[in-house]
Amino acid sequence: MGQWAGYLQLILDGAVVTIKLTLMGSALALVMAFLAGLGRLSRFAVFRWLATAYIEFFRGTSIFVQLFWAYFVLPLFGFSLTPLQAGVLALGLNVGAYAAEVVRGAIKSIGKEQYEACIALNFNRWQGLRHVILPQAFVLMLPTFGNNAIELLKASAVVSLISLTDMTFQAQVVRAQTGNTLFPFLTILILYFIMASVISLAIRGLERYLTRGLDGIRS
Amino acid sequence: MPPSNAAPIIEIDGISKSFGAFKVLNDLSFSVKPREKLALIGPSGSGKTTILRILMTLEGIDSGTIRVDGDNLYQMERNGKLQPADESHLHRMREKIGMVFQLFNLFPHKCVLDNVTLAPMLTKGVSRRDAEKHAMELLDMVGLADKAKSMPSQLSGGQKQRVAIARALALKPKIMLFDEVTSALDPELVEEVLNVLWRLCRETDMTMLLVTHEMGFAHDFADRVLFFDRGRIVEDGKPDEIFRHPKQERTQAFLKKIIAAGHRV
Repeated sequence: MGQWAGYLQLILDGAVVTIKLTLMGSALALVMAFLAGLGRLSRFAVFRWLATAYIEFFRGTSIFVQLFWAYFVLPLFGFSLTPLQAGVLALGLNVGAYAAEVVRGAIKSIGKEQYEACIALNFNRWQGLRHVILPQAFVLMLPTFGNNAIELLKASAVVSLISLTDMTFQAQVVRAQTGNTLFPFLTILILYFIMASVISLAIRGLERYLTRGLDGIRS
Repeated sequence: MPPSNAAPIIEIDGISKSFGAFKVLNDLSFSVKPREKLALIGPSGSGKTTILRILMTLEGIDSGTIRVDGDNLYQMERNGKLQPADESHLHRMREKIGMVFQLFNLFPHKCVLDNVTLAPMLTKGVSRRDAEKHAMELLDMVGLADKAKSMPSQLSGGQKQRVAIARALALKPKIMLFDEVTSALDPELVEEVLNVLWRLCRETDMTMLLVTHEMGFAHDFADRVLFFDRGRIVEDGKPDEIFRHPKQERTQAFLKKIIAAGHRV
């Protein structure tokens, strides 16, 4: 059993990279989702066009191709990224495009009467969005954001193709070195599942926390 | 306090408004004196609610002019020329006007106290302490001081509407618009809201415009009643004249129908 401990450590090192990618990619995706989601609802046509172009482009091309562009093609134009930077960029932009539609949909689902209350109370657009619309819309976005984050976690395996030593990459290394397929792939199967469960639980907890006031007393 | 004889606080001059092919308001004119309590009555679709929504800038107008407290509501003067009002002009004008909605429109994610304090803090830069102090006075006035920390979902319809009134009052508007504020309430909850309106009527010098189907209340509350039908004012007079001795056939028909439906006049 002793030899496996060393290989497990290798895979766990890869897990750290996967977690890092997922966290940083999700952060970028969240920022892009709000920029593009609000952009699509903007009064100004140029923001709507930019947001639509971004969303359609990143939804309409493969994450695999986007990653190769970020890592292999951008350097041809003078932008060299580390594998981690390229991975975060591709994952964040890709998942952000999907999440932008979630932001837009949730904001649009808030009733007209809330906007009218904002006008009657003389809020400007930003105040209404910030204090009335977004807090209610955000709760609606959460479950789908959770799905998006899990998608991002699983998609992060493609970075092994640009030599980033994530969990999947390390499993391949272990497999090549030991000739054993079951051990590394069973291990990462379980690890991916645990990570996805953590995301799922965290989102559910956050949802409960944010909706506690809607049918109970705020402490 | 009786309405003053000073210049009108609201002057509506020849406004028209259509929703698609439907003409809601048709060349409508009237004015309101400072402190006047005005009841707007009439059948559904007669345009009375639209008037309030236009005054709150929730709907624009197709033609005509509206002056509120001396200033043109939908136009502003710039370099000697009249231009459509921009956001900052509308912002200044909305400071004078508050509105209470039929369906309350409270913020469901904020407790009662925060519903009342949010607007003064955001739009007038009032400190949280002062905003909460004033909010508690208002909640006390509407009989809901003990519900300050409750969420709107825990309140009855009548309580929600009283919070909505307190929320609108927190901005200290000169003009208050009440849009069928008891229409969505169960019958036994109507009175608690009317009592609050009654207090405001007697104890404040706000100008109040009330769209209502509560004819008995309109009679007692208003200095003056406007009867609307098909986007026009059919009759305009003191409550006694309108309710006891309506001159117009359409007013008579409307009141007859309302009485038949069991409303006290």
